[in-house]
Amino acid sequence: MKHTSRNYIKLEFPSTGANESLARSAVAALAAQLDPTLDELGDIKTAVSEAVTNAIVHAYPDRIGTVWLRASILDGDVLELTVRDRGRGIADVAQAMQPLYTTGGEERSGMGFTIMESFTDALRVRSTPGKGTTVTMRRRIRKKR
Amino acid sequence: MMKVYSAYRDGRLTIFLHGELDHHAVRQSMAAIERLLDDYLPRDCVLDFSHLSFMDSSGIALILKLHRRMSSAGGRAWVENAAAQPLRVIDASGIERLVKIAAQEEART
Repeated sequence: MKHTSRNYIKLEFPSTGANESLARSAVAALAAQLDPTLDELGDIKTAVSEAVTNAIVHAYPDRIGTVWLRASILDGDVLELTVRDRGRGIADVAQAMQPLYTTGGEERSGMGFTIMESFTDALRVRSTPGKGTTVTMRRRIRKKR
Repeated sequence: MMKVYSAYRDGRLTIFLHGELDHHAVRQSMAAIERLLDDYLPRDCVLDFSHLSFMDSSGIALILKLHRRMSSAGGRAWVENAAAQPLRVIDASGIERLVKIAAQEEART
């Protein structure tokens, strides 16, 4: 199905840890326009947090790079999230998405992609080693009764 | 900004986390938590999530790290008073097979 965008935000920020909460808050403020339940809003914030943290920790492990975030409200009350970096990329995306797989040491649980998958309706990861990674997620917001 | 408070009594250290537990917060607070464990050498360690408004998979890493550290010393670690959002992340991760998780009264509906 072709989706057209009803409203959207675009954010560009340096890959510093403090911007994890900034990204969550910005997306939550946009998602609020769809009148989500608290659970839905929590799921969206969690998915954003995982994708942005991956960019900060794994895409730019030893330097501050740029992270691009786009959040759009599409027809059919679907929220689409795109997190993009120009970092080191992922050589084997299927392996990186395995539960518990991590290159991040004991600070990381290896559950990031698993959480993104459970909390969204669709997840797509495109990556080129040395060029960067783009994560796209979609989540439909059910109308409150 | 996450804040860490603690209470110690009869071999049990309770760590209260206030705020949002993401990767940034884990990095900032892990040293403080390690210091508390070194100072008290507790038999049990409770992570109290009463005032935790958000958690992502970084929180799972923190819980597992605490669990490993307490187990290796013959002690126990568990989570109390988890609200609905942290609970959904915990459920998705499957760590309840390893670590006891107690939810807030109203969180499991």
